[in-house]
Amino acid sequence: MMALFLTFLKAFAVGGLICCVGQALLMHTKLTSARILVLFVVSGVMLTAIGVYKPLVDFAGAGATVPLLGFGYSLAVGAMRAVQEKGLLGAFTGGIVNTAAGISAAVMFGLLNALIFSPHMKGHN
Amino acid sequence: MNKMRNEEHRRYDRMVKALTPNSNYIQGYLRAFWVGGVICTIGQLISLWGEKGLGLSESSAAMLTSVILIFLGTTLTGIGVYDDIGHYAGAGSIVPITGFANSIAAPAIEFKREGLILGVGAKLFVIAGPVLVYGIASSIVVGVIYWLIGRLAG
Amino acid sequence: MKQTLLFKNRVAVRARASIVGKKEGAGPLGGRFDVVLDDDLLGQKSWELAESEMLRRAACLCLERGGLDVSALELITAGDLINQLMPSSLMARSLGRPFLGLYGACSTFAEGALIGGAMVEGGFRKNALCAASSHFCTAERQFRFPLELGTQRPPAAQWTATAAGAMLVDREKAPAQARLTHGTIGRVVDFEVTDANHMGAAMAPAVADTIQAHFIDTARDFSDYDRIITGDLGYIGRNLLKELLVQRGVEIDDEKLVDCGASLFYQEQDVHAGGSGCGCVAAVTCAVALDNLEKRAWKRVLVIGSGALMSTTSAQQGESIPGVAHAVALEVDE
Repeated sequence: MMALFLTFLKAFAVGGLICCVGQALLMHTKLTSARILVLFVVSGVMLTAIGVYKPLVDFAGAGATVPLLGFGYSLAVGAMRAVQEKGLLGAFTGGIVNTAAGISAAVMFGLLNALIFSPHMKGHN
Repeated sequence: MNKMRNEEHRRYDRMVKALTPNSNYIQGYLRAFWVGGVICTIGQLISLWGEKGLGLSESSAAMLTSVILIFLGTTLTGIGVYDDIGHYAGAGSIVPITGFANSIAAPAIEFKREGLILGVGAKLFVIAGPVLVYGIASSIVVGVIYWLIGRLAG
Repeated sequence: MKQTLLFKNRVAVRARASIVGKKEGAGPLGGRFDVVLDDDLLGQKSWELAESEMLRRAACLCLERGGLDVSALELITAGDLINQLMPSSLMARSLGRPFLGLYGACSTFAEGALIGGAMVEGGFRKNALCAASSHFCTAERQFRFPLELGTQRPPAAQWTATAAGAMLVDREKAPAQARLTHGTIGRVVDFEVTDANHMGAAMAPAVADTIQAHFIDTARDFSDYDRIITGDLGYIGRNLLKELLVQRGVEIDDEKLVDCGASLFYQEQDVHAGGSGCGCVAAVTCAVALDNLEKRAWKRVLVIGSGALMSTTSAQQGESIPGVAHAVALEVDE
């Protein structure tokens, strides 16, 4: 029970802290949310490549995989694993294969949303 | 003349900084922390359920987590709630994968009136496109370097 | 006079109309506008068509109030913030009268009043309808983000007002609501501000420049006016303007310096630095300035519309944001 609680606590704390890094960029720089997302994914790929991110994923679980850094982690892990299995061609397939579910889900649900909903009138709180 | 003008602009720049209030930093961090933390905790819950409840492998459970969180992100966008969360939490709801889902659903809904192809279809990727371009490209670079190192070492 | 036109015939302001959105209607000036919308889409199928419809209604209401049939209207000057002036062009299409579309960002209303006033003063036109509009939802999707994107706005950001204003001017001698006496054409001034979320900072130098030019050309100063009305610098931009004027040795009277963007909303309405948009200065000028002149609560005001002349292209190419400000002097009809 205690172990379970600790798992969630670690996910909460690490996930929260990673978001705070993003918040720092949002408040202290002129970076827009789009740029921050790109920065996080590429950083995730790089941190994974140099071996820093895997230990964090082992430690914090979803706390490290749910932020966009984790998307970069999945891309890099996929590419490296596929290179081991298939050689050079794996560099071109592994990343997308490992993130296919997320990308496809985002496209599909995004599309469905656009078909169902319309933009709402804003600022009337 | 040009130099003098630049000096005036620098002086103005300092004046603008002095007269512009800063964001409420402490509040900004606290909100980003707890909302981001909660989204990750929900992710942890889903992946635990996937592994223990459904008996999925670790990587399948991770994919299931992504898919469900993305579904939540796009749906909250569609019903017009996610922008309010984002307004409150800032990076707390931009950085998690739900924020990525929001960045896909929001322009898709917004540009619906410009048609299904060049409206929804094209604008869907207006923010997610760069994320995928640079994410995928950098993973290929990493894969190639990894391959080269393997070759050289082996 | 280097930048200022003198309207010797004292062009008459015959009628005015203002329409605002729901949020603007809930602000401190809410009760003074002619129409407060309860649906920002106005029953149209897109935000752009909604903005055009809002502008058309303001124009028609203004003509109706001025007792002028559309067929007798000799010139429309109008503009908005949207690419290729879609809202204004569609409004002019439905009125079917001679049309000059103007882009001056938030300076458009003053620019239109200047041109319309000059056309009437010069005898080229018997009358002119000067109008401008902005809509939060059209501006946001063009210049910033999709409405549903969850992101935070920095403290210096301004809220594009959903508003439209229209003013009818003519040469008649009959008693008018107010008279247009001067127009000062602004220069483009760029102090190399690049932050697209800080319009007030980008425009304040242009406003200071135009105010100073107007004072030099007309040998007037703050004491000659009841109000110097800027639109739309917001709270921060207004403070910057004060500093700039003091630095240039222009004596200012803080109480007389009012900003449309800083007046349109309550602070609790979460609009950060205040309102903005062509419609903001147009609606506030019509609803407040012209109203007070007609009631003779004020005798003379200077309205300065200021525009941040950036486009999405210039912003992406990293260009700084040039500002421009045009001024028109209005006074009571003696």
